[in-house]
This record gives sequence, structure tokens and C-alpha cells, in this order.
Amino acid sequence: MSLLEVKNLHAEVAGGGRKILKGVNLSIEKGEIHAIMGKNGSGKSTLCQVLAGREVYTVTEGEVLFNGKDLLEQAPEERAREGLFLGFQYPVEIPGVSTSYFLKAAVNETRKHHGLPELDAMQFLKLVKEKMDLLHMDKSFMNRAINEGFSGGEKKRNEVFQMAVVSPLLGLLDETDSGLDIDALKTVSHGVNAIHQSDKDKAILLVTHYQRLLNYIVPDKVHVMIDGRIVKSGGKELALELEERGYDWVENEIAATA
Amino acid sequence: MTTVLEPTNSFVTSFEKVDGHRAAWVNELRQRGMTAFCEAGFPTAKMEQWRDTNVSAIAQTHFVPAPTATGKAVLQLAKQYSFGDTAAAELVFINGHFDPHLSTTSALAKGIKVLSLEKAFETENVLLEKHLGKHARIEQHPFAALNTGFVHEGALVHIAKGAITEKPIHLLFLTIPGTEAAVSQPRVLVVAEENSESSIVETYAGTDGSVYYTNAVTEIIAERSARIDHNKLQQEGNMAYHTALMQVVLSERAAFVSHSTSIGSKLTRNDLAVFMGGEFAEATLNGLVLAKDEQHIDNHTFLQHEKANCPSHELYKHVLADKSSAVFNGKIYVQKDAQKTDAKQTTKSLLLTNEATMNSQPALEIYADDVKCTHGSTIGPVDPNAVFYLISRGLSVAQARHLMTYAFAADITRRIKVAPVRVRIEDFMTAQHGLPQDLRITDQARHDVAMQ
Repeated sequence: MSLLEVKNLHAEVAGGGRKILKGVNLSIEKGEIHAIMGKNGSGKSTLCQVLAGREVYTVTEGEVLFNGKDLLEQAPEERAREGLFLGFQYPVEIPGVSTSYFLKAAVNETRKHHGLPELDAMQFLKLVKEKMDLLHMDKSFMNRAINEGFSGGEKKRNEVFQMAVVSPLLGLLDETDSGLDIDALKTVSHGVNAIHQSDKDKAILLVTHYQRLLNYIVPDKVHVMIDGRIVKSGGKELALELEERGYDWVENEIAATA
Repeated sequence: MTTVLEPTNSFVTSFEKVDGHRAAWVNELRQRGMTAFCEAGFPTAKMEQWRDTNVSAIAQTHFVPAPTATGKAVLQLAKQYSFGDTAAAELVFINGHFDPHLSTTSALAKGIKVLSLEKAFETENVLLEKHLGKHARIEQHPFAALNTGFVHEGALVHIAKGAITEKPIHLLFLTIPGTEAAVSQPRVLVVAEENSESSIVETYAGTDGSVYYTNAVTEIIAERSARIDHNKLQQEGNMAYHTALMQVVLSERAAFVSHSTSIGSKLTRNDLAVFMGGEFAEATLNGLVLAKDEQHIDNHTFLQHEKANCPSHELYKHVLADKSSAVFNGKIYVQKDAQKTDAKQTTKSLLLTNEATMNSQPALEIYADDVKCTHGSTIGPVDPNAVFYLISRGLSVAQARHLMTYAFAADITRRIKVAPVRVRIEDFMTAQHGLPQDLRITDQARHDVAMQ
């Protein structure tokens, strides 16, 4: 059984708005790294948001199984506690709440959900230090308010750090590379790889429209999304081909077979 | 005297029964207050400054002067609100009457006097005559005029030249309502001389379930280079009415910080006026309103920039639950000589329900041409993007909303230096908005240190 099984998923903007996902099929196994590539507006970010349970979208058709359970029936917080993580394209700034408090609450909610005892301050501190070392994070991060005054790069690093701490089964990273300079891109990629290598069961879905991220995080599978559907899938070489020939090449290929 | 009040109005009747004061100037002051009140009458919605706050319930209630109270309930309430030994001095008033047994002034530093007004009339008559009633503009504030008509009890705080108190001076006004709707009208005078530094807290609190009325006036004079950190914590009972004028007068280089927190009462109207009468004087006005049920809290502030080179910073935040409502009206007046004024006013309001309402109005009146005056106001619900961000990490919706609400208020709370005031606000946040223990500011500081 796949870790994530998306079947014929259709979604629109809530309240009968624009149709964005028009029959997505995707399956991800434990330990795999997948990348979804596509132009702006192709629906790849919407797919992440729908999987995470954002209520601004309504699922009109299809089903999603995550770790054997019906994902679409679960509230967003349940999905998180079941091991689904969304790294935001635009992480929200929350002044007045320290990252450490927020993450401790997140970790403990997940533990409670699984019938595990909550971590106390010392146990949490140990966990956090471990993850900070893994990602070469500065410890001042923990005392700063969530994303407040962070640069674009720091925000994305914080997303990856949060992923390391809550330790999900599947991390959806929505345009984690956008707005990063090459150094920040390397740092963030290093973090993702470190998390993946520390636990080979962890699966990751990268959403991006640039191939350059995939120079640093090597995917097992690459998918191309056009107009709300995954139209082509392949190995890591597909990303290179896309870089070289552009999305038009896939569009033309589809038009020819249609 | 033209009177717009019925002669049967309970205040007029009470005024006629008040015994004359020993000092002629006090009798004159009272008469001036009552005359001004009778001429103005109770404010109505037709008056620009009272458009959004209806005080007809106060006008229509027959209030009697609050009798004093004793007993277990009094001791319990006093204990609940006392700062204990964290205060440099604590004067406790029960239903407006000074209680010497519950009060303590033994830990005061040299050069600082904290007296009940009654006592001060005996020993500090010259100082009182010089300042009492000389600053509050009773012609513009009918309730302040009414308070002046009954000047009797309250407190005098006198900080002598160069004197310093780090610990707060706590003036605690408690009401334990009896069977009749009662009014108390405390009067506070603070005179902070040159180069002094002080921390002053006024707490107004009472028990729930009965109608009563507190009508307070505070006059604060900060002389050259005096620094005052002032807190007002309003936690009146849930059926109480509270009106108050605080008039502050700043001389050259004086620095005044105000934290006004409104949590209790059914209806509150605070007027805070700061007269910046010397160059390089600085005023910081922070306000926090935490309202629920059908509470109505109105804050009117008035920053009067009379001299050049004075900065003023104003930040008022409102957290409105249920069907509560609030008003913020912030006037900034810059006289033509007040060049290089730097005035910044911000108000932010969080509406937790669709039924809560906020009315926010800045009012800038500027006659100088080389000034910087900014104002901004935001009103909205808890940010749904932030809530989604938090729940996508596993927090519940309630937890996320609480966290956002707490963080919104903590922006003000963390600026409050007096720990017992912060604790009272956080206790309320815990009861009302699920603030967890480890997010309290002191605990968080401890936690942050542990994280180093």
C-alpha cells in the first residue's frame, strides 16, 4: 500500500469558484522523494493546500488515502497529527509567539493523538537541539517570534526546521526554493536531505517550477502538472529534459496524442 | 446659575447634604465643579465627544454616596488585589473611603509622600491648593466636574525633587456594592518634582452582580525631567459604571508613560489628556481593552503638543469578544509653535465574533508646519491564514485562535513593567482566552533562558 494515494482528485475554489484540480492521480511510497513541476497556475500549490486541508478549496470528486486512511475526512490538524506536513510557500509571521512554544505545542498535540506522553521542557529541548545540529541552525531561532522579521531564506529554513522537529511521514514542500539565492537554496536543500537521510522512511513531495532545486535534492520521481492534471511522470532525468525543452514540449506532446 | 438638571437629581441632592470643608478654597472648588456639572448636565449622544457612548443609564440611576464596608468580603477582595511587598506603598480605599488598616506606606523612600487626601488636607494644604483642580478641565468633562463637586477622598502622591521609587506606589480603589446603587468619586493628585522617577498604579476593582458607579479624576504634574510610569487597571464588577478623567501636565524633558488596561465594568469611559507644556517632553500612551459579553469600553485620548521637539507614541489594542463594543478616539493637537513634533498613533482591534463592534477615530489638528504625525487603525478578525498555519502543524483551532489572541494582547502586556499588573491581565487571559501557563511573560522569559 502506498503512503499517499491520490485518485482522480478534483477541486475548486470554495463556493462554486474556479475549477483548479481536474483529476489528479499520484501515488507516493514510503521513503520516496517526488517532485511536481509545472508553470504558475497549473494547480501544483493548490494540490498541496487541498492535501493539507485548506478550507478555501472544495474537493468535488476523487479520493485520497494517506497511510491507509481517508485523508479528506480529516480536519487539517488531524492530518498534521497523522503525519502530513505542509511547508508553506509564504510562511505566516506571528509576532508574540515564540517558535519554541509553538513547536512544543505542535509536537505534543501529535504525541497525544498517538497516545504518547507529552514531552516536558527538558525532553523537548533535547529533541530541538538534535534537530538544530542536524540542520546547522542557530539556536536564537527558537526564541524569536514565529517568522517575525525573518528574511525569505530564514522563513524557508524555519519551515524545514519545523518539519525536522514534528517529523512527519510525508512533507509537502510548496515552492520551498522560491525567492532563495543560491546559498540559501543550498542550505535549505541540505536540510531536506539531512532529514531524509536521518530516516529513510520519510517521504517528500517537492513542488517547484525550477529544475535548479533538483540539482540539490535528487528526486526518485518527477511529475509534470498542466491545467490541474499530472500529464507526465518520469525519473529525475525528466526534470533536465523539461529544463532544456520547456513545458511547451510536454503540452505539444499531449496535444499530439489527444 | 442655569441648570439643565432636575433639582431632584440624586447628585444635586447629595451635594446639598455635603458638609462644608474647613478650607474655603475647597468649598469654592466644589462649588465650581457642581456649577460646571449643572450647566453641562449629563452628556448625551448629541455631543460630538459622546456620540458613541450612551451614559443615560448613569443619568437615570439614583446613586447614593457609597457607604463604607467592612468584614470578610472586604479583606478577601483587598488581599486578592494587593501588591503585597512588591509595592513601595499601597493605599486601599473601600467604596471610596480610605482604609488605614489595609494600607501601608512604611517602605517609602526618602522624599516620597503617599497620603490619603483627607490627611493631605491637614498637612499638605499649600501643595493641594496650588494643584488640586487646577489642571483637570472640568468645563469640557462633565463627569470630572461632578467629581470636583464632591472632592473629599482620594490620594496625594508627592515625589520630591530627585527622589526615586522603583517599586510601584499602588492606589487600590475597591468597591463592594451594598443594596443600594452607590457612587464613589475618588480624586488623585500626583506631583512629581524635577528629576524624580516614579511608578504609580491605580487599580479600580469591585465585585460582580450589583450596580455601582466609580467616577474618578486624576491630575498628574510632572515637573522638569521627571519620569513617571503610570498604570491604570480597571477591573470593576460586571455591572459597574466607570468614568474617569486623567489630566497630565508635562514640563520640559518630562517623560510620561501610561498603560491603561480595561477589563471589567459594564460601561467605561476613560478620558486621558496630556498637556505637553515643555520642550523635549515625551509621552507614551499604551492601552489594552479586553472586553466580553455586552461590555462597552470607550477610550478618548488627547495629546496636546504645545511646545517644540516633543515625541508622543500611542498604541491602543482591543480584544472584543461576544457582543462587546469599544470606542477609541485619539486626538492629537499640535500648536503652531510645536515644531518638530513627532506624534505616532496606532490602534489595532481584534474582533472575536461577528457581533463585536469597534469604533476607531483619529483626530489630528495640526497648526505647525514642520511636524511628523502619523496614525493608523486596523480592525479585523483573527487572521485565518495564521490560524491555518498553526493548525497545519497539529494545533487545534481553539488553541490557534487563543494563541493569536494572546499574542495580540501580549504586544501591550510585555511593555508593562509592573509585574502584578501583568499577572492580573494574564490571569484574565487564562480564564477567558485559554492562555497556557508557559506562555506567561515571566514564564516565557524563564523558558527562553533555558533555551539558551
